Amino acid sequence: MAKKATRESYGEALAKFGANENILVLDADLSKSTKTDTFKKVYPERFINVGIAEGNMMTVAAGLATCGKTVFASSFAMFAAGRAFEQVRNSIGYTNLNVKIGATHAGISVGEDGASHQCLEDIGLMRTIPNMVIINPADDIETEQAVKAAIEHDGPVYMRFGRLAVETVNDPATYKFELGKGVTLKDGRDVTIIATGLMVPQAVEAGKILAEQGIDARVINIHTIKPIDQELIIKASKETGAIVTAEEHYIMGGLGSAVAEVVAQNAPCPMRIIGTDRFGKSGKPAELLKEYGLTAENIAEKAKEAMSMK
Amino acid sequence: MDKAKIKQLSITANNIRKNALTAVHYAASGHPGGSLSIADLMSLLYFEVMNIDPKNPKNPDRDRFVLSKGHCAPALYGTLAERGYFPVDYVKTFRSASSFLQGHPDMKGVPGVDMSSGSLGQGISAACGMALAGKLDNKNYRVYTVLGDGECEEGQVWEAAMFAAHYKLDNLTAFVDFNGLQIDGDITKVMNPTPIDKKFEAFGWNVIVCDAHNFEELYNAINEAKTVKGKPTMVLMKSVKGKNVSFMENQASWHGTAPNAEQYAQAIAELDKINAELEGSC
Repeated sequence: MAKKATRESYGEALAKFGANENILVLDADLSKSTKTDTFKKVYPERFINVGIAEGNMMTVAAGLATCGKTVFASSFAMFAAGRAFEQVRNSIGYTNLNVKIGATHAGISVGEDGASHQCLEDIGLMRTIPNMVIINPADDIETEQAVKAAIEHDGPVYMRFGRLAVETVNDPATYKFELGKGVTLKDGRDVTIIATGLMVPQAVEAGKILAEQGIDARVINIHTIKPIDQELIIKASKETGAIVTAEEHYIMGGLGSAVAEVVAQNAPCPMRIIGTDRFGKSGKPAELLKEYGLTAENIAEKAKEAMSMK
Repeated sequence: MDKAKIKQLSITANNIRKNALTAVHYAASGHPGGSLSIADLMSLLYFEVMNIDPKNPKNPDRDRFVLSKGHCAPALYGTLAERGYFPVDYVKTFRSASSFLQGHPDMKGVPGVDMSSGSLGQGISAACGMALAGKLDNKNYRVYTVLGDGECEEGQVWEAAMFAAHYKLDNLTAFVDFNGLQIDGDITKVMNPTPIDKKFEAFGWNVIVCDAHNFEELYNAINEAKTVKGKPTMVLMKSVKGKNVSFMENQASWHGTAPNAEQYAQAIAELDKINAELEGSC
């Protein structure tokens, strides 16, 4: 199957599920990049460009939501979660309004634009806001269903999408997205790999690398980082006794932290957290992912480290 | 506007001032200065202008109000109580852990509060969203918001100002409470936001300058705004911070200080005296 960026899938899903007159899509002059222009082409009367003013966009979205609208507000993750954090926190989170933040260009795979545009903090920032749901879909199939679930969910949702085209890991015929439920892609008993977003195919690959070495790894895709699937994580900890997490995010505050919070309080086991440990930089996405250790090989290596601490 | 109406609105405004001071005194914290300066506007909006019903605070066709200068919650709560959204005596619970009257307006808890606010610069953006929703849905409601003059130092105010003009939100009327003082002193010395009227004009707004304590002028400004097509209206109302309490008037120090028992008693006595004189007048 051809590779596709989750931002592309986001735009298509908005167009596909956007028939409801109550749905509005806001963008801050990035509609060609966030792909909300796909929605705009179908429903131009319900697309609102706010210009380069992300803080205003978030609070305008909140105002619209007080009048019964379901509002999608899109920008790059850096500006949606970073620049507009306080607007999201006070106008959308505190008020528990029906605003869906579609944040694209998350992570280091933004590539050439460099550190200023590579948001590696958004999951951490959004996790600190009560009421906020966080979804980081891995592929086209998951993105489409996640957008539908976000529309159906009453309350704020932060959705994290990538710029880079990624392979499809889920089976379009059988995949069913459930908000807050992780997906076990491969069962295993020696160690568990928990990944999110673009790291999910790397996790699957790491499972294969480990299998060749006689290690039976469980592979879990956590698309909903908040509320996180505690039950699935506790079970994995108890049954495999070691966990490695992988995400395209800073090593503090993201998926690894969320999993560690669950594990430490319910079923402690050795862990390794894979993510970025410093600011990003310009470069080709594949080069950067390798340089920052966001690879199947590194996941397999760290999985063995976690296992050795059992 | 006839004299009897002005008299009644003036008395109501002073009752709102009393409620606001009662709230701040009982909480031993809060913002009296800017609450007193907007009390006349609050009286006019909630008792004459706005299409609202305390028994049906969520009516989708109602006019909306956003207190962008959210720290003046005592004035908003004092008004909502006076208008019957909740008992007047409840203002004494302001800022206490068991009360729904949060330090800054909370739409989830307070009947009649259309939008949470308190982080400056955001209320006007929320008001823009409400006004845009009204346009998209072909509703006739109007949206009112009140900003502080110091608040106009926030960049988001100007993002919202651009947005409102761009989308021709002529159902939006914003007021700036131009009392000239912010926490650290004279607004022109702290970080001069003036000329506020010329700036909003340059951003494409219809701008009206008036006296915040003259009901006729305020009422005319609000009515003019209703007739202006294709532009939002900014009413820059020149006000007196601490209005109608002698020792609070024009004092930046009363921005966020609660009156003690003696000061509270004196303030209430002064407001009662003004109302008694109003009652006695014809």
